[in-house]
Amino acid sequence: MKKDAIGDSLSRVDGRLKVTGGAKYSGEFKITGLTYGVLVPATITNGTIASIDTKVAERAPGVIKVITYLNAAKVPGYQPNESKPASKGLKLFNDNKIYFNQQPIALVIADTFERATYAASLVTATYQKEPFKTNFQKNIDNSVVPQGGNYKDYIRGEADAYKNAPVKIEQAYLLPSEMHNPMELHVTTAFWNADGKLTVFTKSQGVISSQKALANAFKIEQSTVQINSRFVGGAFGSSLRTWPHEIAAAQAAKMINRPVRLTLTREQMFTLVGYRPQTIQKMGIGATPDGQLIGITHESHSQSAVYEEFTERSVNVSRFLYASPNANTRYKVVPLHVGVPAPMRGPGEATGAFALECALDELAYALNMDPIALRLKNYADADPEKNLPWSSKYLRECYQKGADKIGWEKRSSKPGTNREGDWLVGYGIGCGAFGAYRNKAQAYIKLLADGSVNIKSATSDIGPGTGTSMVLIAADILGIPAEKITFDLGDSSLPEAPTQGGSATVSSVGSAVHDVCLALKKKLNTLTGKPENNEDLDYVKILKQQNLPFIELTQGSEGTDEAKKYSMYSFSAHFVEVHVHALTGAWRIKKVVAVVDAGKIVNNKTASSQMIGGAVGGIGMAMTEEAIIDDRFGRLVNGNFADYHVPVNADIPQIEAIFINKPDMHINPLGTKGIGEISLIGVAPAIANAVYNATGKRIRELPITPDKLI
Amino acid sequence: MNQFQYVRPAETSGAIKSVALDANAHFLAGGTNLVDLMKMGIVTPERLVDINNLPLKKIENIQGHLRIGALVTNTQVAENKFVKENFPLLSMAINAGASPQLRNMATTGGNLLQRTRCPYFFDTTMPCNKRVPGSGCGALEGYNRMHAIFGASDKCIAVNPSDMNVALTALNAFVHVSGPKAARTIPFADFHRLPGDHPEQDTTLQKNELITSIDIPTAPFSKNVHYLKVRDRSSYAFALVSAAVALHIENNTIKDVRLAMGGVAHKPWRLTATETFLKGKTVSEDTFKQAAQIAMEGAKAYEHNKFKLKLAPNTLIQALKTASGLTV
Repeated sequence: MKKDAIGDSLSRVDGRLKVTGGAKYSGEFKITGLTYGVLVPATITNGTIASIDTKVAERAPGVIKVITYLNAAKVPGYQPNESKPASKGLKLFNDNKIYFNQQPIALVIADTFERATYAASLVTATYQKEPFKTNFQKNIDNSVVPQGGNYKDYIRGEADAYKNAPVKIEQAYLLPSEMHNPMELHVTTAFWNADGKLTVFTKSQGVISSQKALANAFKIEQSTVQINSRFVGGAFGSSLRTWPHEIAAAQAAKMINRPVRLTLTREQMFTLVGYRPQTIQKMGIGATPDGQLIGITHESHSQSAVYEEFTERSVNVSRFLYASPNANTRYKVVPLHVGVPAPMRGPGEATGAFALECALDELAYALNMDPIALRLKNYADADPEKNLPWSSKYLRECYQKGADKIGWEKRSSKPGTNREGDWLVGYGIGCGAFGAYRNKAQAYIKLLADGSVNIKSATSDIGPGTGTSMVLIAADILGIPAEKITFDLGDSSLPEAPTQGGSATVSSVGSAVHDVCLALKKKLNTLTGKPENNEDLDYVKILKQQNLPFIELTQGSEGTDEAKKYSMYSFSAHFVEVHVHALTGAWRIKKVVAVVDAGKIVNNKTASSQMIGGAVGGIGMAMTEEAIIDDRFGRLVNGNFADYHVPVNADIPQIEAIFINKPDMHINPLGTKGIGEISLIGVAPAIANAVYNATGKRIRELPITPDKLI
Repeated sequence: MNQFQYVRPAETSGAIKSVALDANAHFLAGGTNLVDLMKMGIVTPERLVDINNLPLKKIENIQGHLRIGALVTNTQVAENKFVKENFPLLSMAINAGASPQLRNMATTGGNLLQRTRCPYFFDTTMPCNKRVPGSGCGALEGYNRMHAIFGASDKCIAVNPSDMNVALTALNAFVHVSGPKAARTIPFADFHRLPGDHPEQDTTLQKNELITSIDIPTAPFSKNVHYLKVRDRSSYAFALVSAAVALHIENNTIKDVRLAMGGVAHKPWRLTATETFLKGKTVSEDTFKQAAQIAMEGAKAYEHNKFKLKLAPNTLIQALKTASGLTV
């Protein structure tokens, strides 16, 4: 009776709720006595608050409280005598120090959002200003090796071996800071019950992690914090951590003893919830005249904050993606007076693949070799970094399918020679890899007398359609229709699950769902005296026979030792056709083909959507997105949606997602690997390489705006 | 935003009287720009005089001559049959701006009064002579990629953000205004100002004057026209550079021509010398290249907008080629 649901195309189980407004997001819970909080930003970039005047704001209509470091109730976890600090990074309203422009200096609470917004504009401060650094390139000499042992220089074979190669490329690639800016603003609604229990509705990628962070901030039992985050309107990594303003909402609610809803403005989304950091990457790649790699050197400098160090793995991809006998990498960060970055879709790898895949493209032209042929020539049949076999790798098939689909044979090997009227036509490829992870997770299942099933786990859905995939997995294992199954998530009281990040949710939580469904079947077989692996189960009949209203159980699930025996990655190849106007530099991306080796695909429809979304993000990264700071003031000059350009619908062509869809049974029982990150990794270099093929202009500084193409 | 009085008179004269009652009063039409400015604390009116009940909503064809009421929305103008047939350049320019949602709200009169998108104008903590006279120009030595290459001053290098204005200046439009004194008519080329020493004044509109309509005289520009806008993404972005071209071609000869550019100056930038050069010439790419060189005389770039010295002539050449049918 197995239905083989895995691999189907199931529409989102919560799609109707989302498009009809039935889905309630964290800013939509109207709790009795609700108040509204608006943050007041600092207008200096480094220094201390000398004085702060809240009197006018306090007298404004509807204002309940203005919280500053002078009157804030101390957050216990922020205090230095605590053994375990509550949260790394910024501690709002704890002292008078300013580390970056637009750091909040006050929180105004009023009876409406509009009144709080107006009163916030009435708070004034004077400052003791100190010199500051916001210019990344000018301060690159102040770079430091990140703390901890994870970022030491990596050397395989000989360092800088590329330098003595007959053919070599030595170039630097610059990526500007890029903002997550999900559609849904970051909103936190918090209130304390009389019994000291804290309830929080917040935009979170991990309700358990939020629960722990808030419990630790207020030094209360984890179980006394309830986090609700059932619907999240996009996050892209910006809700992986608990931000200081989320703690501030709970702090304010405690101070006024009323519920507080703290909403970041769109402009504040540019300064307070992270971004992909500005990065300069120096690449050296050398090869023999017939294209055999001799060495890869990858050095990366990345922007970080003075008050908190942020790191990512931008250089790691150069260690393992190609079979180079010699490879060395170096990673350093440049602390600046800016808000701290955060992981952003494809963190590290998307940045690294931009440099590696563009440099490889440059090498292909230097060798007069087809870029795909160069990649095939240096195909890594095993992981050269870990010296382990791959758990699975079908990148060769990705090249083949992608080349067929984009029409690679139409690519001219000579840049700038393929024209359609006034438009220059080019084709490019960019590849990527992202670790396939599996974390510990639990799931609860309840089978009811009518044969319906409810499954719960404290995971999140920031957009991929997690609940839908889980329903499909359960339908497959239990052999019942998807309509009979519901899945609950986004609630910290549910069985523990990891934060949604690193493309690992299906692998982790999906495995727990898989295991809990098997455990249920086993339990039913035991009850009925059937063999453990009996597949012939009539759920309604069994419950009736056993005179049970329902059966429930909870099951934990985690990976095995296989992870030590294999190197586990998802792989992708992105292909792009781009047209560039010869006179005006206007560009049109005509087609994107994304081919992915991500193991077994659970839900073809939502997986395709995820690939399309990632490609759109990659188009923004390549062509439009750039946060710009005026270093004289340390302030963003384009921190809004009019001037910070995300791609519009008219920029997005047909995007085709192709899945290799071969299960990898080493990672988890479902055979999945993960697609959230890989959907974006490799898109930007594919576009940059296509632009070079079209125009003969090698743009090494993103974004590739028209002015760079004339 | 601050609290303010709000009135909605039904008569034009009443609206003008109402706005004159308060030194810090503003007319409100579509609100697509003013409300943003209020949210940012850039404009803090004590009184808003909503003019949406005034009888200024007609598009009239007066013997081939077009009159557009100040309250006609951008969408209504762009979609109007007579406009599309006789002044297609205007439709193209309007549709190149903003988004459908904004064009549905934005009015003709309001579009003329759009403030610049200069980031220093928009951030009340930064210097800007346009927002606070005497505070300095943040853009001059700051981030000036979007800024002017023509007609700027050391007080201000901002550009006019409108696409519609570029077409209207090319089409020799007139602006009818009413005010506390007699009604008057302003030629479009004189409506917007260069910054000079007073960048706080975008236009020559006097205090408490209200735009009532725009006139476009009959012209033979129904066929060989093009509005080309080069921008950072395909829609919903302000022009890096735009070019409005209207040609009247007979037997491959340019009988009449109007040219203007956007994204290059504090006002929509009419290219009269280039028009004189092109009049009577035969259509050819070489001629267009020479014309573009003339158009660029006197251009001056700043740190981040040097590309405009090349993009502007290229855009003009391409728009001329498209308008004349040399290319599609």
